Amino acid sequence: MQALVIAAHGSHLNPGSSEPTFAHAETIRATGAFDEVREAFWKEEPSFREVLRTLESDEVYVVPLFVSEGYFTERVIPRELRLEGWNVSDWESDGTDADHATLSAADVEKTVHYCGPVGTHDAMGDVIVERARSITEDRDLADFGLAVVGHGTERNENSAKAIHYHADRLRRSGLFAEVRAVFMDEEPEVDDVATLFETDDVVVVPLFVADGFHTREDIPEDLGLTDDYRRGYDVPTAVDGVRIWYAGAVGTEPLVADVVLERAADAGADVADAIAAVRERTRSGPEATTGTATGRSR
Amino acid sequence: MTGDVAALIEAAGDGIDFDGLVVEDTAYGYRFETPEVSKRGIDTSELAALADGDPYVANWRYWAETVGGRGTARRAFLRWLEGADAAGTDDAESGDDTEGDSDAGRGDGAQRGDTDGDEGGDDATVDARERLAALRDGGRARTWGELRIRVRLADAGGERVYDVRHRDDAAADPRDLDAFRDPGAAHDLVKYDDRGRYRPLSTAPSLPHGWQFVELDGDALVDTVDFVYPATVANWHREREGALDVTHWRETAARQTGIYGLVSDLPTEALTWAAEACCVDSQCLKRREWDHDAGTELDVPRGDGEFPCREPCSLFVAAAREFTKLEGEPEDTHEVTLSESEVEGLGDLVDAVAEDRVDEVREADLDDGANRYRVRYLRAKRGRDLGIDS
Repeated sequence: MQALVIAAHGSHLNPGSSEPTFAHAETIRATGAFDEVREAFWKEEPSFREVLRTLESDEVYVVPLFVSEGYFTERVIPRELRLEGWNVSDWESDGTDADHATLSAADVEKTVHYCGPVGTHDAMGDVIVERARSITEDRDLADFGLAVVGHGTERNENSAKAIHYHADRLRRSGLFAEVRAVFMDEEPEVDDVATLFETDDVVVVPLFVADGFHTREDIPEDLGLTDDYRRGYDVPTAVDGVRIWYAGAVGTEPLVADVVLERAADAGADVADAIAAVRERTRSGPEATTGTATGRSR
Repeated sequence: MTGDVAALIEAAGDGIDFDGLVVEDTAYGYRFETPEVSKRGIDTSELAALADGDPYVANWRYWAETVGGRGTARRAFLRWLEGADAAGTDDAESGDDTEGDSDAGRGDGAQRGDTDGDEGGDDATVDARERLAALRDGGRARTWGELRIRVRLADAGGERVYDVRHRDDAAADPRDLDAFRDPGAAHDLVKYDDRGRYRPLSTAPSLPHGWQFVELDGDALVDTVDFVYPATVANWHREREGALDVTHWRETAARQTGIYGLVSDLPTEALTWAAEACCVDSQCLKRREWDHDAGTELDVPRGDGEFPCREPCSLFVAAAREFTKLEGEPEDTHEVTLSESEVEGLGDLVDAVAEDRVDEVREADLDDGANRYRVRYLRAKRGRDLGIDS
């Protein structure tokens, strides 16, 4: 038997935080690719500490639903799962190319395949494109600028690396007229999106796992879409003559379920049929994409 | 030949002794026994005729094949639900009368071990007969936290169906409850309490009412319970097996990093207050098994819950962080002039918040220290002295 665990942050305060996790888990559950699919959280339940014991499977694929490699994926999750002998060097990553490591856990007799986070997988580029497509209602993106938004370095150096990584790949794909990485707390800032781009239209996609106060409140106000997020805003909204198409957190995009499966597949899970089924179900347009345009590097 | 009979004949070679059914393949032919039938030295066709439609054979097959999973928490939980986990446990009930709900507290079963229906003897035989009769006649129900789970036999054969609802809704008309069949609906359903407030702690005694899961099979039932009360079945099972791995506060605190690194500084006395604040039955239905460390018990009731709490949870650690910061502040003497009634009123107010009864204080009940007008009056009069700015 094989199981999938989607490991996410969750929240004691924001009930919406875990919703993408449950939604992606449900999508994958419906494919039947895994005997068991379980959500696990740092702040909700089951906790990382206790999730493995809820499974009957002896092969477990753990995929962190996090944007970047860092404190949670490198320290908290392995520690709380009690992964024996974990060392971050097992991932052989420079900050954006963690793959997987096969380990055992101290409190259960199982083989645990600990995968890199969803956010840094190449397939996340496809999700950003999918998000841009759906928010622009399938307009020709070749005329659009794309701003990929990250939190920035104040929290985690690898967070910015992940944003740049996807922005660079998407730029090379040629799908957009212009692609830039922007940040909430470092240059170039999300506040300046309207002046940074040459294009008349810019799609803004935050690389965040769930919608919360950053993506619902801070970023729309920083972009100049509204003075007060409670009053809402249109998509698109013209700011300084530029039409801004604000997409909200990319993590809520249904195609993220595909990235979770890709992570498990990279670690050896037999899920090829499920990947095809999930792509069929969650993708709106033609098979994109950054993978075919730039070639998958791993 | 039905599927039950074919499966029985295949398994007879290894012998069966389960829930009152005994089948052996001996040198003198088959032996077939149930609480109602006893035959020895019969051939395959006689065995097939006896087994065809026999409720004990159907029951055996349900547990051997539909449930399977010997040694798993899932199987142990399903056995426990119908009182099949040990001889002599009588928690049967009929229909929707929950008076007989078994709500056994801590330690139940821990000493007995999990017999899993394999023990022979008259008690087990009588038990199996009564148990199956009860499952046919309205079913059996048990409570798990605030859940009320009912199991009954499906139309014919040994298959079970399970229904789940809030225990307070045990006697509710099913037409008044929203019905669900997909376990995946459970996490959305229990995310908010009856007043629409987010429930960050799944085992808080604030499960919403008005819903039911109907006609679940065993796997779906356990999945539903896992969504409502994650990991409780797994830890309960470990405890029954004598293998619960308790992690005490000192170890949990020492493991924390980042913004939680400071919780190791929480004084033991304050840890006791924190457990009294957060971990008693009025706040959480888990039964606290952890202490400060293995040698230092906290003088706080552990609770009577069915399932254990094996480690301080994330909500407790987050609360402990705030308490640690509070304890780290220097204390000072503040002088505030209050009448005796005002002191009593403040006591009422603290109590009302602590017991979550603020919403119950009637608008015009100015006798109550937690009454809104009365508290606003206190703020208008003494707000500045009490450090309230507005």
